[in-house]
Amino acid sequence: MAIQVLIPTPLQKFTNDEASVSLEATSIDGLLQALEGRYPGIQARLCDESGKLRRFLNLYVNSEDIRFLDNQATVLSDGDEVSIVPAVAGG
Amino acid sequence: MTYPMPKVGFAARDRTPLLACHPVTGIPLTATLSRSTFTGLRCKECGHPYEAGARHVCEDVCFGPLEVVYDYDAIRSRVSRATIEAGPTSIWRYREFLPVEGDPIDVGTGFTPLLKADRLARRLGLSSLYIKNDGVNMPTLSFKDRVVSVALTRARELGFTTVSCASTGNLANSTAAIAAHAGLECCVFIPSDLELGKVLGTLVYNPTLMAVKGNYDQVNRLCSEVANTYGWGFVNINLRPYYSEGSKTLGYEVIEQLGWQLPDHIVAPLASGSLFTKIRKGFDEFIKVGLVDEKPVRFSGAQAEGCSPIAQAFAAGRDFITPVKPNTIAKSIAIGNPADGPYAIDIANRTGGTIAAVTDEEIIDGIKLLAEMEGVFTETAGGTTIAVLKKLVEQGKIDPSETTVAYITGNGLKTTEAIASSIGAPYTIEPQLASFHEAWERSQASHGGAAPRA
Repeated sequence: MAIQVLIPTPLQKFTNDEASVSLEATSIDGLLQALEGRYPGIQARLCDESGKLRRFLNLYVNSEDIRFLDNQATVLSDGDEVSIVPAVAGG
Repeated sequence: MTYPMPKVGFAARDRTPLLACHPVTGIPLTATLSRSTFTGLRCKECGHPYEAGARHVCEDVCFGPLEVVYDYDAIRSRVSRATIEAGPTSIWRYREFLPVEGDPIDVGTGFTPLLKADRLARRLGLSSLYIKNDGVNMPTLSFKDRVVSVALTRARELGFTTVSCASTGNLANSTAAIAAHAGLECCVFIPSDLELGKVLGTLVYNPTLMAVKGNYDQVNRLCSEVANTYGWGFVNINLRPYYSEGSKTLGYEVIEQLGWQLPDHIVAPLASGSLFTKIRKGFDEFIKVGLVDEKPVRFSGAQAEGCSPIAQAFAAGRDFITPVKPNTIAKSIAIGNPADGPYAIDIANRTGGTIAAVTDEEIIDGIKLLAEMEGVFTETAGGTTIAVLKKLVEQGKIDPSETTVAYITGNGLKTTEAIASSIGAPYTIEPQLASFHEAWERSQASHGGAAPRA
């Protein structure tokens, strides 16, 4: 279950400057744990104390916002691409 | 995954230019902070401080948005009503309140008319209504020229030579135009289904234009990934803290144009929610430095029902936004995942305002009502504002005696498709008096105005 994860610039200090990493996971929650396992400290940036994703972070699975899927319980499939994108202004 | 290297003088993903030089003179830009009144950035959520570089999120702690920190004592010591009134008739008369260090890119942006809208007021049953008409803002006829003027000034100061944005149309127009004026390379991203006027109104400045097969939120996600890879200045991403400050000038101008007074109530469109929060910040800053007397001002926001995540959250009493997929003619405010939505809700709640949504039919009626009553042709976002204004009056949520300001943020000539089938037609006649007589009689029989559409 290889998942490709796109890492935003502010988090690349955790991933040795890698913009894209491959991890094994079957859900978003599992992916967050896998990220923490490989890059200790990264989960505290992504999630609050209760383990919930911070409200100014957006996660997408193959371009779909996980809030239109099953949030952190969203199931992942082999080859999925997950993007971590901080919220931005519009217009 | 590999990407082509960017063509600008930056290392990929590097936030700091390798050599910050003026793009035309080649003279190195040093920290000429003598005139600047801002001291850095800080997280709006947790307060963590950052240097005033090209960054937009609290990367060390909570990913909250960053905002500019000012030295208000310095501002207070430098500005007065007289110094502002003696300044240029553009947003730069307020430059002490804007996050720039040196000479601004001044393309005449801002100081747009504040129109006393007596006919519309009478129609709606209000006694004191004003239209702040940024549909005639320069150079591209929307309020975006304000934010882009600030963002590109700061981009140049930070040494960027290529600028970019994710846009629902107006921002693309403005970024392309002001980049052309400043001699900056420009690559902008839009959804591929935008109105023709907004596409042509970008292409004419000859930027690299990417029409993305997706909605604005998908364009924004893509741009965030591009921003991670290319060393460009994205006005609404890594330059966002500076960019968004430009909207404060819509607050300052209304105060000044009302004779250095605050209104009682404002109604403004909500897309990402940024404009709404910055108008509030503009009011607060003028109060803070003593340029205007404090009084309560109610803030009400307008959304289209087909993309109303902020209105839905407000109605449900939530302080968080559940994203939606946009489906409305009001494309310029069709942001399904509005970053500043929670802050807009907070302001509406704190000020005793409200946030409401209207249908596409009501939006078209709003465009027509403003045009027929005041001679102002706005785009769909302005139609949304007028329709919500009307709705709030009908619901008793605007006191008829209040001084109310409705913010019109864009020009109708850019989105003629929206109203083409909803307005009348000309009477086509022969070049003979008899033909005119006949047509005139027909027009009077149907109470004047345009001919019915066939």
